[in-house]
Amino acid sequence: MSSSSLRRTTAADALSVSIRDLSRSFGDRHVLRAVDLEITAGEIVALIGPSGCGKSTLLRHIGGLDSPSGGAIDIGGEPVVGLDARSAVAFQEPRLLPWRSITRNVEVGLPRGKRKGDDRGRVAGLLELVKLTESAHLRPREISGGMAQRVSLARALARRPGVLLLDEPFGALDALTRLAMQDLLLELHAAEPATIVIVTHDVDEALYLADRVILLGSPKGQPAAEPASILSTVSVPGVRPRDRGSSDLAELRVELLDGLGVPTHHLSTH
Amino acid sequence: MIPVAILVIWQVLASSNLIPSYRLPSPAGVWLAGVDLYERGVLYQHIAISTQRVLLGFTIGAIVGLALAAVVGLSARASDLFAPTLAAIRAVPSLAWVPLLGLYIGLNEDSKVALVAIGAFFPVYTTVASALRHVDAHLVELGRSYGYSGTALLSLVQLPAVVPAVISSLRLALAQAWLFLVAGELLGASLGLGFLLVDSQQNGRIDRLFLTIILLGVLGKLTDTAVGLLERFLLKRWGS
Repeated sequence: MSSSSLRRTTAADALSVSIRDLSRSFGDRHVLRAVDLEITAGEIVALIGPSGCGKSTLLRHIGGLDSPSGGAIDIGGEPVVGLDARSAVAFQEPRLLPWRSITRNVEVGLPRGKRKGDDRGRVAGLLELVKLTESAHLRPREISGGMAQRVSLARALARRPGVLLLDEPFGALDALTRLAMQDLLLELHAAEPATIVIVTHDVDEALYLADRVILLGSPKGQPAAEPASILSTVSVPGVRPRDRGSSDLAELRVELLDGLGVPTHHLSTH
Repeated sequence: MIPVAILVIWQVLASSNLIPSYRLPSPAGVWLAGVDLYERGVLYQHIAISTQRVLLGFTIGAIVGLALAAVVGLSARASDLFAPTLAAIRAVPSLAWVPLLGLYIGLNEDSKVALVAIGAFFPVYTTVASALRHVDAHLVELGRSYGYSGTALLSLVQLPAVVPAVISSLRLALAQAWLFLVAGELLGASLGLGFLLVDSQQNGRIDRLFLTIILLGVLGKLTDTAVGLLERFLLKRWGS
């Protein structure tokens, strides 16, 4: 099945995301405060920030897995209240059901309640897209970590999401598999027009994939325990696929690492 | 191989006069004791009533065990409410229930089936409740995030996840059921393999004692094999 025929079976189009004055506290621990973010339909946005700064929490809010203490989130102009069929999440762990075959794991992602005749073709098409047609009958323990993440992506796409939420999806993979997965993600984005929000620790990954990179963290000069907010937004120049060795990206890389508080040992040319 | 070797050694020992025949009957003697009981028509009765008690008690105990395990394993509130009490009851050596059951129900069929049910209940309840509590929270969240809830979520994630635990608990429960059956019948019965044990001991019929022990072993193995077949079938479908 070609990606164009796959497109025809895709009901949903990319949806915009609007986050307004979002805050979240767990008891008296304040995690997020005053987060404002507008994401246009079809955009790829990367969220980066130090560990525990609330990146995943923000992502879970967009997916309706968590509800905010204050503020509001809209997807495609409609508010998010609880679990949301307009978005799909792929987690850091693939979270495959070990007793189901790869195909049957992808089927979990199909929209519930209204199973259609083309579902079988849809799943087969997605498996082809993530290059797992040969492995469709295997169980999760029989495949590699990278393959498992591809299943997880296919499952998320099976939902025909307007917004695809990726929580450090490649974090546990080895460096080379990671690069291959980044390219695969861009292919998927071309074939399945969804808005993508990806949480990552990896500045290079963020710059390679995203239209914009959002740096989350506590404002400078404040202790790390303070609630996080958006510190800066970097628009990444150039069209994808980008040159991984680009010098423009190298400058942005230094800027972002600096924002993360990582010593870059960079000799400023200014 | 080993059973044949045991049989040979047994035969040699029995015919060597090293051990007197009132201590060790010969294999042929045990066989004849079986034929004798069979011809009198009582062997079948002993086996049938014991098997019936085991199967009934096992079924009741397993069903109640699965039901309570589901409640305690899936609901934190029910767990707080019931788990400590059940743990305390479990700490009672199970045979301590025999006199009480005898008093409440009488030394009849029901009290024996009830005792077997108690024996079968605890392995199922403990194993399955704990398995349900330890179902990967990530997988449950995954199911929720893809729109599954209630019974749909249960059959997507929790139930398949505990299938292996359920099966191994059933095997354990079956072994317990036979144990409790013999205990119950030893302590008061007029029919059944446990009764045959006591009766043979009191009459010095060592050949029948051996026969009964062998029969219990064979029956236990047969029922275990049946559950083993079920296990193979289910694990093919639900195993990882």
